[in-house]
Amino acid sequence: MRRLWYVMWKELLELRQDPRLFGIIFIAPVIQLTMLGYAATTDVKNVPIVVVDQDGTPASRQLVSRFDASPYFTVVATLPSIRDVDPWLERGKAWMALAIPADYHTGIDAGRPVTVQVIADGTDSNSAGVAMGYAANLVGAFNQDLARERLVAAGRDVPPAAIEARIRVWFNPQLESRLFMIPGIVALLLLVITTNLSSMAVVREKELGTLEQLNVTPVTRWQLIVGKLLPYGAIGIIDVILVTTVAVTWFRIPLLGSPLLLFATSCIYLLTTLGLGLFISTISNTQQQATMTATFFVMTPMMYLSGFIFPIENMPAVIQPFTYLIPLRYFIIIVRGIFLKGVGWHVLWPQVMALLAWGIVIVALAVARSRKTLN
Amino acid sequence: MKKAFAVGLKEFRQIRRDRRTLMILLFIPIFFLLLYGYALNFDIKHVRLAVEDRDYTLESRRLISAFVNSTYFDQVASVTTDREVSDLMDRDQIRAALVIPHGFGRDLQRSRPTSVEVVINGDNSSTAATVMAYAQSIIASESATYELKTRMRMPGGGVVVLLEPRVWYNPELKSTLFLVPGLLAYIAMITAVVSTALSVVREKERGTVEQVRMAPIGTLPFIVGKSLPYFVISYIAAIGVILASMFLFGLPIRGSVPLLLFSLGLFLAGALGMGLFISAIAESQQVAFQIAMLSSFLPTIMLSGFIYPIASMPIALQLVTTIVPARYFLVALRGVLLKGSGIEIIYPQLIALAVFAVLVMTMAARRLRKDWA
Repeated sequence: MRRLWYVMWKELLELRQDPRLFGIIFIAPVIQLTMLGYAATTDVKNVPIVVVDQDGTPASRQLVSRFDASPYFTVVATLPSIRDVDPWLERGKAWMALAIPADYHTGIDAGRPVTVQVIADGTDSNSAGVAMGYAANLVGAFNQDLARERLVAAGRDVPPAAIEARIRVWFNPQLESRLFMIPGIVALLLLVITTNLSSMAVVREKELGTLEQLNVTPVTRWQLIVGKLLPYGAIGIIDVILVTTVAVTWFRIPLLGSPLLLFATSCIYLLTTLGLGLFISTISNTQQQATMTATFFVMTPMMYLSGFIFPIENMPAVIQPFTYLIPLRYFIIIVRGIFLKGVGWHVLWPQVMALLAWGIVIVALAVARSRKTLN
Repeated sequence: MKKAFAVGLKEFRQIRRDRRTLMILLFIPIFFLLLYGYALNFDIKHVRLAVEDRDYTLESRRLISAFVNSTYFDQVASVTTDREVSDLMDRDQIRAALVIPHGFGRDLQRSRPTSVEVVINGDNSSTAATVMAYAQSIIASESATYELKTRMRMPGGGVVVLLEPRVWYNPELKSTLFLVPGLLAYIAMITAVVSTALSVVREKERGTVEQVRMAPIGTLPFIVGKSLPYFVISYIAAIGVILASMFLFGLPIRGSVPLLLFSLGLFLAGALGMGLFISAIAESQQVAFQIAMLSSFLPTIMLSGFIYPIASMPIALQLVTTIVPARYFLVALRGVLLKGSGIEIIYPQLIALAVFAVLVMTMAARRLRKDWA
C-alpha cells in the first residue's frame, strides 16, 4: 500500500513539472464546453432566400410576404430573373430561391392550380431538407387560407373532412439540440483530457529511460498501473464535477435523474478512458506513437461511432456491430438517459455493466502488457 | 531554402525509422474514409414506430399502411396502452408512436375533422425534426384525399398553389456529399497537427535542440524544414482520400482540379504550422498533445461548418470560428467539389487560409527565436 502511495506521489510531482498542464486540464474543458455548447445547433431558422417574382401583383406579393413573415425564412433580395439566382446560391448568400411564374394571379383568379418553384442549395442536405419541409408546410397553410377565403366569400364555409396531426415530442419538447449535445460534449471532453494524460504515462518513462529504474524497485506491475491510474482518476473526477456544473448551471440542462448514479457511472467511464490510455502507453515505444494511436484508434472512433452526433441506427448494418466495441456508446446512452429522461438503474443496468466490463478488461490488459515491457 | 531542405531531410529520416507512425500517416486517412464515409449520414429511414390503434377500422389501417409504405417508418410494435408506449420509448426500442383514437374512421366517413396523435422521441433534436416532418407530410397527404372529396363539390374550393421543389448541387439530398468533404478536412487537420505537435518539443525534451541551436540556421527555415516531410506525406494521403471518395461515394469534382490541389496545399500548410506553433510553445510532449487535441479535435468538427451551419450559431461564437482554418477550407472544398466554384468565388477563403498559414509559421519561428536567444 505504501509503495502504491509512492508511485502516485511521484506521478503527481511529475505532472507539476509543467505548471501549465493544470491550467489546461482544468480550465480548457470549461471554456470548450461553453463554446461548443452553443455551436451544436441544427435548428434551421432565418433561412436566407431570394425571390424571383415574375408576376408582381398583390396576389403574388401576398405569398412572398408570407415567407418573409415566417421565422424560418428571411427574404434577402428580389431578383428580376431566374438566371440571377445562380451566383446567390453559389456564394452561399442565399440557401433558397422562390420563383413565382408570370401567370400566377390569372391562375389564382380563375381557380386553377398554379405552380411556384422552390430552388434549394442541396450542399448541406440536412438543412436543405428541413427548409424544404418548412416551405411545403407554409404553402400548405397558405392554400388552406386561400380556399377558406373563397368559400367564405361564396357563403359556404363548412369544415371539410381532414386529419389533424397532433405531434407531441417527448424528453425535449422545444427540439433544442443543445439538450441532446451537451451531455455528449461532456463525455468527449473527459475522454480527450484523461486519455491524453494516461497515454503518455508509461511511454514517457520508457523514452526518458526512467522505466529501467522503476524496474529495479520492488514496485509490482499492478502497483505501477494503479498508481498511475489513481492520480489521473482524481483529475478526471474534478473535471467531471466542473463540466457537469457548467452544463447544469450555465446551460440549464435539466438533470432529471439521480446525480449519484451520474457520478458513479462517470467514474466507471473514467476507468475505461484511463485504462485505454494506459494500454496505449504500454504498447507504444515513443510518445509520438502513443499520441498517434490515441488520436486515430481511440478518439476518432469514439467521436464518430458512439452515436454522439451520428445516430447509430442510420449506419449500415455491417458497421453497427463495431459500435458495441466503443465504450462511449454505452456512456452516451447513460448520460443522455440520466439527464434528459431521468431513467435509473433499472433501465440503464445493461449499459453500466458493459462499461464496467470494458474498464476492467482494458486495465487488466494494460497490466499484462506492462509486465512484458518491464522485464 | 537549402537549409530548410536539409532540416526536412533530417526530419524525414527520423520519420522513416518509426515505421508505425509513417504507416499511420499514410494509410489511416484512407481507412478512415472507408469506415466513416459509410458510417456517417443523416439520411433517416426505417424509424422504429409503435402503433396504438384504438379505432381498428378501414380508415385507421389505411393510415398505418401509409406510414409503413413510406419506407421512412418500420412498425416494430402494436400496443394497446400509453404506458407501453412510454416504456418502449424509455428503453429506446422505438423513436415514434402513432396513436389513432377511437372514432377516427367514423368521423372521416361522416366528413368531419378528426385528429391523430404522433409521439416522437425528441432527445436527438435533428432526427426528431426530420421524423416530425415525415409524419406531418404523410398525415397531410392522407388528409388531403379526404379533404378534396368534400371540397371538390364546392365552387372555387379547388384552388391550390402547387410547390415544385428543385434541389441544386445535390439533387438527391445525399448527406454523404455534404459530410465527406468535412471528413476530408477533419482527417487532414488531425493528421497534420498531431504529426507536428511533438516534433520540436521532442527535441527540447531530449536535448537535441541544443545541437540545432548551434547550427547556422534561422528559426523560420527550421520551422519550414520541419514541416516539409509532413507536408509531402499529408498531401499524398489527402489526394488518396479524395480519389477514394470519388470512386466509393461518387463525390464529384465539378470545379478545377488545380484549384482544389492549391486550396489543399494552403490548408495543410496552415495545419502543419499550427502543430509546429503548439510544439514551440509547449515545454513537454504531454502539454503539446493536450493543446493539439483541445485546439483541433472538437473545434474542427463542431466549429468549422462540417456538421453545424455557422450561420445558425450565436454571433460571438461565429467570431470564434474565424480562427478555425477548417472553416475556410470547407467552404472552398465544397464550392470546388459540389458547386464547381472558380477562384473568383472562393478567393476570400484562399486568402484567409494563406494568412493563417503565414501567421502561425512566423509565430512559431519568433517563439523559437526567443527561446534560443
